[in-house]
Amino acid sequence: MKRKLPLLTPDTAPFWQGGATGQLNICHCGSCQRFFHPPAPICPNCQSFKVGPRAVSGRGKVASFTVNHQAWVPDLPVPFVVAIVELADQPGLRFLSNIVAIAPDEVRIDMPVRVVFEQHEDVWLPLFEPDTTQKKESA
Amino acid sequence: MKAQLFEKNVAITGIGQSEVSRPSTKSAMRLSLDAALEAIADAGLQRSDIDGIACWPGDNDNGNPFSPVGPSALMSVLGLKVNWYGAGYEGPGPLTGLINGAMAIAAGLCNHVLVFRTIAEASGRLKNKGASALTNKTVGRDGSYFWQWYTPFNVMSGVNLMAQYAQRHFHDYGTTSEQLAQIAMTCRANAVRNPKALFRTPMTMDDYMASRMISTPLRMFDCDVHCDASTAIILSRTDAAKDGPNPPIRLEAIGSALHQPWSWDQISLTDMACFDVGRMMWSRTDLKPKDVGSAQLYDGFSILTMMWLEGLGLCPRGEGGQFIEGGQRIALDGQLPINTNGGQLSGGRTHGLGYVHEACTQLWQRAGERQVTPHRVAVAAAGGGPLGGSVLLVKE
Repeated sequence: MKRKLPLLTPDTAPFWQGGATGQLNICHCGSCQRFFHPPAPICPNCQSFKVGPRAVSGRGKVASFTVNHQAWVPDLPVPFVVAIVELADQPGLRFLSNIVAIAPDEVRIDMPVRVVFEQHEDVWLPLFEPDTTQKKESA
Repeated sequence: MKAQLFEKNVAITGIGQSEVSRPSTKSAMRLSLDAALEAIADAGLQRSDIDGIACWPGDNDNGNPFSPVGPSALMSVLGLKVNWYGAGYEGPGPLTGLINGAMAIAAGLCNHVLVFRTIAEASGRLKNKGASALTNKTVGRDGSYFWQWYTPFNVMSGVNLMAQYAQRHFHDYGTTSEQLAQIAMTCRANAVRNPKALFRTPMTMDDYMASRMISTPLRMFDCDVHCDASTAIILSRTDAAKDGPNPPIRLEAIGSALHQPWSWDQISLTDMACFDVGRMMWSRTDLKPKDVGSAQLYDGFSILTMMWLEGLGLCPRGEGGQFIEGGQRIALDGQLPINTNGGQLSGGRTHGLGYVHEACTQLWQRAGERQVTPHRVAVAAAGGGPLGGSVLLVKE
């Protein structure tokens, strides 16, 4: 199905197009050394303008999720998983995505996942699939 | 110096509401007029007394059924001469119009503000079932600061976002679907006693469990029901409120805080805006949660009602599920009756001001078969995710 795609700006393009080179780019602050999301020209933590995209590991865990069963528009294939993924690179660093390559019923909170890119026009959507190489943390 | 508590200079003096229909044969403007004129008359005022008008979010999207009538249209049609008017989506949730109107009065701009909220989503969905899909909020590529981080991942309804909070609450606190069911079942039981409510057939636990899964763990009965309706509230300066026919209902305290990013996935998944709002509201009054006699808490999705109970300190954090278990505490004859008109889940998605209308209906003891024990203090809160606002009401 055709997806709704984001409008690319100088701030957001590195996030949406990093997949072209297999990288998940997240905004990083050169002053306080923290990642932040969504991307912006200033660090929300220390207000430094010394910010820019930096490739992260692409590994993380499911912070929360839902299995969507409702076809909101006629050609929407259901069910599918919408999840908030917390990246391994920094506590609390997270964004919303889809979990793919797994039966929707099998997704769980804290499940290890890794990024996989799906290209639509000039956008590489960062989706996540189960990561069997990561050990599940017993948090 | 303690900050001035502006809301204490403002009181609700009248309320009005159109028919609540699915759909209505009336235009959205006619519904707005029905609500506004009823509210003005209820306050014992004339049209010429109204010198301010506010709503949320206003007509900012070409008559979109989510908000087809804004203040500029209604003031013109009513022939109002106002000193101040305003609307806009970006504020502390569906009570933004009420909070802005109160500020206009406290700032000395107005004496009597007409606050209203009109919605025509039942009609809208008849014409186009996908009318309210988030992916249809923008034409072409999504450049919205709010939605662009969700729509590419096929998030088309807010339910996919609220479900994240529900799933996390279930995971962290052991909340169950059987507990959450009590929000929907309580609303339905109250709707049975409200002639204006849309869904009035009693609901059992089996009915709830059998309702279609929409976005795990939220079922169809966890989602509110679209309607066509308009609700209006008259706010008056307290010294101008004393002459009216109704005992003024003072705005004792307002909560409008957001100490986190405006984002559905960057805010705390177990706090949303509710806790920021609750802390602010209680910091502006000597009253305590135990003083509240009824609570009208946003139920666009059932999980939000439970989180408002926690955020406003009406039950301990994380214990929302235990608090509502069995439903006795939140029933009409319980220690804290909630959503006494059936809420949006069974009454209709009047979207925000309906809660304030019902809070006043209860305080003024006009609630007929659903009237709870008479009380002086009520709370209304609306919003989910980063959107959130609340108002603590005290009847003089």
